[in-house]
Amino acid sequence: MDALRNKARELLENKLAQVVIGYGEGSLGRVRPVFVKEPAAAVKLVYDGRCLQNLATYLLKPEVKKMGKIALVAKPAALKTVLQLAAENQIVNGEIIVLGVTADGKLIDFPDFKAIEAHVAASGPDLSPEELAVLDRLSHMSVEERWAYWQEQLSRCFKCYACRAACPLCYCTRCTVECNQPQWIPVPAHDLGNLEWHVMRAMHLAGRCVNCGDCGRACPLDIPLNLLTQMLVKGVGEHFGQRAGISATLDHALSTFKPNDKENFIG
Amino acid sequence: MTIEKRTLKKEAVGEFINRLRAGQWQVVAPKKKDKQVTFGEISGAEDICQDYVQTTQSAKGVLFPRVEELFRYQMQENGAQILEREGPPQGTVIFGLRPCDAAAVAPLAAVFTWDYPDAPFKKRLAQTAIVAISCHQADEYCFCTSVGGSPGDTRGSDILLTRLSGGDYLAEIVTEKGKRLVELAADLFTVAPKEEKEKNLARVEKRFDAKKLAEKLPGFFDSPVWIEQSLRCLGCGACAYVCPACVCFDIQDEGNEKRGRRLRCWDSCGFSQFTLHTSGHNPRSVQSQRWRQRLMHKFSYQPDRLDVVGCVGCGRCSRACPVDMNLLEHLIQIAEG
Repeated sequence: MDALRNKARELLENKLAQVVIGYGEGSLGRVRPVFVKEPAAAVKLVYDGRCLQNLATYLLKPEVKKMGKIALVAKPAALKTVLQLAAENQIVNGEIIVLGVTADGKLIDFPDFKAIEAHVAASGPDLSPEELAVLDRLSHMSVEERWAYWQEQLSRCFKCYACRAACPLCYCTRCTVECNQPQWIPVPAHDLGNLEWHVMRAMHLAGRCVNCGDCGRACPLDIPLNLLTQMLVKGVGEHFGQRAGISATLDHALSTFKPNDKENFIG
Repeated sequence: MTIEKRTLKKEAVGEFINRLRAGQWQVVAPKKKDKQVTFGEISGAEDICQDYVQTTQSAKGVLFPRVEELFRYQMQENGAQILEREGPPQGTVIFGLRPCDAAAVAPLAAVFTWDYPDAPFKKRLAQTAIVAISCHQADEYCFCTSVGGSPGDTRGSDILLTRLSGGDYLAEIVTEKGKRLVELAADLFTVAPKEEKEKNLARVEKRFDAKKLAEKLPGFFDSPVWIEQSLRCLGCGACAYVCPACVCFDIQDEGNEKRGRRLRCWDSCGFSQFTLHTSGHNPRSVQSQRWRQRLMHKFSYQPDRLDVVGCVGCGRCSRACPVDMNLLEHLIQIAEG
């Protein structure tokens, strides 16, 4: 933690960054995102097992971008997010400073996206054995059981859009759910509106989701939305051999035609 | 009316619920589902969960549903026919909610009966009875005492129950509606207990003065504090949707030229499109302006125009926020700033 604080202070003192986005102490033992602008405030930074939020979600926020050069404290999923945002031309190499922290607390100051790619390549697969076990359980349900499961889960949704707001890859300035001429997705939080919204959001993240899990964590009603996106991470991997968040240059599975793409879904 | 005091034995709560149900009341109460406690219809006292500080969602939906049909229309040979909206089929007793939630009826009613008496809301309100239970526990997010409430506040309740040391309840019958509920089970409500109410209540320290805050807020309109406080705000509507006193709604039409319906849906001032004009201009174009609006509306505009604070200090918004936007902390910062 000292290494992180020292690095943050040094970056701010030397004006190499205008703001360090990291984690600080919050209320009742929680941590919260902090935006450190003064070198003396670098002591506020913490990094431990409570730091779960993917802070890369702030990179494209207008108020944050206005603050100047950003140094981002990045947990592993945030590193993948940085690469995915680069692959989607939302950030460019050198635009931000990325600070990683290893499991044993060592600080990694990534010089460029290539270094992040190398680090991510050495990390484990996207889905943990526990996550795969949950997906396996869902996959083994009958279609009716799975439908009933999701109907029950999604019926609770009141459409606060915390899933979308927390997602670092839901950066559209105008979401499909807000397009009303024509209206693609029903706005009301009734069963149809909820189902269409979550299916649409998941499909828009197919091949893009880096499985940070923030959609599920942000949901105030504990709807396990990350299971939808995890299923897509798994599916895109199986069908297209592709993983999001491993490269800063990527031809996206769902928007790139390759002659050897499977076509067995047609007819 | 003056508040009448009675005792409701702990063993009699189940029978009281049964009598309410037999008396054609639907009873809605806190229920535990997985990790969350939330309001839902119960069929008996055994469904009620009492071991919690605060439910994730409030009971607001009974009075102001998250999606409410206002009317249906269908085209016929002689023109458009407007069909009656679906009203609540029977009366609802909200049982076992916290006094802060009961107090939240006032800010809701203040808006829905302000310049135009909202018929669906008025109908639901008339058909709803509130039996609250005083708080015997609180956490650091609670601040009812700073906004005029208390863990044993009777405002908004038709009956307020307070659990005494032996487990029996002091029943305070606050309104005529409460009296009618008691009449369904008069034998269960025995003479008032001797034990004092106060010592059975949670302690919630007063952290700021809402009146002084209301006087101070207009001067803070251009303060940089809003930007500082809201930098981490993600702009979702979780705070507004768990809030028992948030009233904003959006109107949605579903249908075509032959038939359809008009729905009233919850909305949130935290959303980027909330005040987006047709012209493309948005007077609240960034999150700090929306955050300012949220606080100003509840703690300055509503006290000023409706004589009611738009917050009951339940702390739900702070607990639900994915990025730990702690409302109490932010209010203290302004109150002391």
